[in-house]
Amino acid sequence: MKAFSFERAIDAAQAAKRAFEMPGSKFIAGGTNLLDLMKHEIEVPPHLIDVTHIGLDEITATDDGGLRIGALVSNTALGADERIRRDYPVLSRALFAGASSQLRNKASTGGNLLQRTRCPYFFDPKMPCNKREPGAGCAALDEGADTRQLGVIGTSDHCIATHPSDMAVALRVLDAEVETIDPEGRTRRLTLDEFYLLPDDTPEVENALSPGEIITAVVLPAPVGGTQRYFKVRDRASYAFALVSVALIEQENGEGRVALGGVAPRPWRRDDADAELANGATAVMAKLLDGARPTPDNAYKLVLAERTLAALLAKE
Amino acid sequence: MDFNQSADENLFDRARIIGKPHKRIDGALKVTGTAPYAYERNDVVENHLVGYPLGASIAKGRITRMDAAAARNAEGVAAVITALDIDELPRADSNVAKLFGGDLVEHYHQAIAVVVAETLEQARAATSLIEVEYEETPGEFDLDDAWKRLQDRDVINEVGDVDAAFERAEVSIDEIYHTASQSHAMMEPHASIADWCDGKHLTLWTSNQMIAWSKKALATTLELDEADIRLESPFVGGGFGGKLWLRADAVLAALGSRETGRPVKVALPRPFIFNNATHRSGTVQRLRIAANKDGRITAFDHSAISHTLPGGSGEDAVNQTRCFYAGENRRVAHHAIDMNLPEAADMRAPGEASGLAVLEIAMDEMAEKLGLDPVEFRILNDTQVNPEEPHKRYSDRHFVECLQKGSEAFGWRERNKVPGSRREGQWLIGQGVAGAYRGAITMDSGARVRLSQGKLVVETDMTDIGTGSYTIIAQTVAETMGVTMDEVEVRLGNSAYPVSSGSGGQFGAASSTAGVYAACLALQEEIGKRLSIESPRFENGRVVSGDQDLGLFEIEGEELVGEDTLHFGDFQDEIELGTFGAHFVEVAVNAYTGETRLRRMLSVCDAGRILNPITARSQVLGGMVMSIGAALSESLSIDTARGFFANHDLAGYEIAVHADIPEQEVIFLDTLDGASTPLKAKGVGELGICGGAAAVANAMYNATGIRLRDYPLTLDRMLDRLPAI
Repeated sequence: MKAFSFERAIDAAQAAKRAFEMPGSKFIAGGTNLLDLMKHEIEVPPHLIDVTHIGLDEITATDDGGLRIGALVSNTALGADERIRRDYPVLSRALFAGASSQLRNKASTGGNLLQRTRCPYFFDPKMPCNKREPGAGCAALDEGADTRQLGVIGTSDHCIATHPSDMAVALRVLDAEVETIDPEGRTRRLTLDEFYLLPDDTPEVENALSPGEIITAVVLPAPVGGTQRYFKVRDRASYAFALVSVALIEQENGEGRVALGGVAPRPWRRDDADAELANGATAVMAKLLDGARPTPDNAYKLVLAERTLAALLAKE
Repeated sequence: MDFNQSADENLFDRARIIGKPHKRIDGALKVTGTAPYAYERNDVVENHLVGYPLGASIAKGRITRMDAAAARNAEGVAAVITALDIDELPRADSNVAKLFGGDLVEHYHQAIAVVVAETLEQARAATSLIEVEYEETPGEFDLDDAWKRLQDRDVINEVGDVDAAFERAEVSIDEIYHTASQSHAMMEPHASIADWCDGKHLTLWTSNQMIAWSKKALATTLELDEADIRLESPFVGGGFGGKLWLRADAVLAALGSRETGRPVKVALPRPFIFNNATHRSGTVQRLRIAANKDGRITAFDHSAISHTLPGGSGEDAVNQTRCFYAGENRRVAHHAIDMNLPEAADMRAPGEASGLAVLEIAMDEMAEKLGLDPVEFRILNDTQVNPEEPHKRYSDRHFVECLQKGSEAFGWRERNKVPGSRREGQWLIGQGVAGAYRGAITMDSGARVRLSQGKLVVETDMTDIGTGSYTIIAQTVAETMGVTMDEVEVRLGNSAYPVSSGSGGQFGAASSTAGVYAACLALQEEIGKRLSIESPRFENGRVVSGDQDLGLFEIEGEELVGEDTLHFGDFQDEIELGTFGAHFVEVAVNAYTGETRLRRMLSVCDAGRILNPITARSQVLGGMVMSIGAALSESLSIDTARGFFANHDLAGYEIAVHADIPEQEVIFLDTLDGASTPLKAKGVGELGICGGAAAVANAMYNATGIRLRDYPLTLDRMLDRLPAI
């Protein structure tokens, strides 16, 4: 871990301003991911801005019947919130499928969205990784690499890492938006597909945040009802990242939405795949995973995704 | 004291303390965080520095250049020692991989430098400032390639005519299996504080299972006299065989201390546990079994390979196949393949854990082919002699009773016999059984007992690696000397104490308590001399002989000391000593995703006298948990392009977690093995892991009808065979 300077921000606008003034600085909230990355020197911020005292730790109703989740609401508080459990159960289920209770107590909503990939080559500073060191190459793409956990779609010739969040998959299926403020004090809202960028030839750029811009909230639209499920598939029963996860909202008329985790650099959803829901898992995945480029070691994820959705649709 | 024949009836058969459940006497220290683990021994050294290692980033080759100037100039740094600064340190007999020094790189994350600084953070930050250039040479990392290439596997032993037996076999199987490389993944990493400030006398506070071995290895490696070395390892936060040896933490701490003239502490960073320390090698195994239609086995043919650095022994997965079941014709072969991966060495039940994981699947396959119940098939092929050398009888073997008692307690008869036909919602339910076997090795073990100021103090270099040594040794002293547990103080893990068996190979509990018993008898003799009485009895805190009746702690005069080593005699070579068990497992396999979850597990163990049912149960439970991990998730992923274990942290290397272990039960048979030790005890520390993985595999087969032969038994291996959606 490199030595760093540290300050505590008083509000989001000031935090954004300070981050802009201190190039390379990072916001720190729960620190559940950032501290690990700093110990490995995968992240080497010269300056940390503590955002745990800027408020934004409440869940409030919006004018159009939805909820605004402050960026500092902990994963535990969010998952346990009565309104979330009642009106957005897929989000609660996804949160409690993730990490461990200790981590969820510390982890924030904004930090969860910004967690980095768990690709083993990203996590080993001695390995070439375009995400960690642009232009260095990608060890995961070499024959013989360990790719069982890595991405099958939305990846590129420069990076096949996945985004590890469960929460983000549920947010994607709920059409949540990310609300931010930039160093000029301007706010904006981004859909998750706008927020998360695919790797292409710049895997080091993972999201649309501009320098200094900070997440202030996640906004949920009015509840859409339906049966909401989250199925996280993993080798052990807890404390593991998803091999594949499926977030599903199913309406009584058979329509609905599907998002996948564990397969792509961002939560993976397509409107044309949603439209196939009434036709079953195979039809959905034909669209949703169209264009997939798996490795021999992770091609199973294509089958697994389809079978996992089938399990949710089977109602047994 | 020589143990030259089986123990007759003795005081342990009338025990009041041995064999009874006693809570750990060191439990309070552990749960209050006051047990002195090596890295936290700030009480024993002043003004210490912190060392942090740098690991090689290639698997094989030579270092051509190292530039540590920037690291040496970094804030807080007191010293940097690079591999090019010193010649390769001599390797102890017990070390295969080099620990430090010289330009040769043998494996990824081999220690190639240590930075010593005022704080951990400073030392860690400075390591990344060291520039290293290598000349890389191609290595070999793929065990399957080696298996395909290998023609002449070393035959260890052959009895009868195996080829002829297979030719005339009425029923046989012939299958290939794989087990994965595994990491000990103990909670406490390898950690040491070294004080070698004067360059002559070395004191090492460390985390190690074998004090005497490590002292010897240190003397060789650092070219010191053993007399100038002191080791302390009173508490060990898990070892599982990974701390049997001297490792880089101790060596780097010592070198750092000599260089700076200050004590230095070094803990291996978590990724080093996977690629710098040792691991259990993966295996490829071919197993053939032949039998008559009546179910009697006529032949075994078991061959296996594992990997090792040159000079190591790998993971011998065929050993148990030589003696576990009956059968006249048998052949086993193991070949350790030289590979440029980190050092493969012992991990909990080395050999048996991998071998039984395969043998016990094969037994299940055979039972099915014969149309026999797998429990009955095993009972039918039980043996009371070593089938390779039938004149060697098992001293005490109750494998059949393990199977029978387990069947009854588990409800085996109600098992669904048609694979894949019991379904509860999305889950396919299945049950499986496997046999467990692990040798009952004994090792000479010494101790010293002092009668001192109102208590008995026992000193031995025996270690407690979480196993309960403190408690069972206190029980042994209390029993033998006729005192209460409160009147015994146990001091362990110090090279100033008599040399014991140490902890490993599940020999520690039986051997060390025998040594403590011998020391107690020596003390009793000293007491008899002091009091000039013959054959005193020690009971209720008193020494009684004829008319004499004196309180033990009222004996006057100088401190009395009894010291002895229990030597196990050659008679044990002429008999078979073993521990036995049967595992029963129920799993649920998701019919859609293939996720497998344990529902319950029962293990029945036959291991002689159980010295303490609480600590022994914990040992077996831990072994069972490890077998679940081995079955379902534990695997060091070899990157065959670069030659290292890619998943080198506890997020990527998935040991079983609480949610994986819903219900476990252990039953101990009430057995005694007088041929083992005076206490008639055998170890259980490794029995629990033996065969458990196969019980899971067999339960999965029963649940799904899908036979998996490659560990870990992950869902990607069976998705294409699960019920259609």
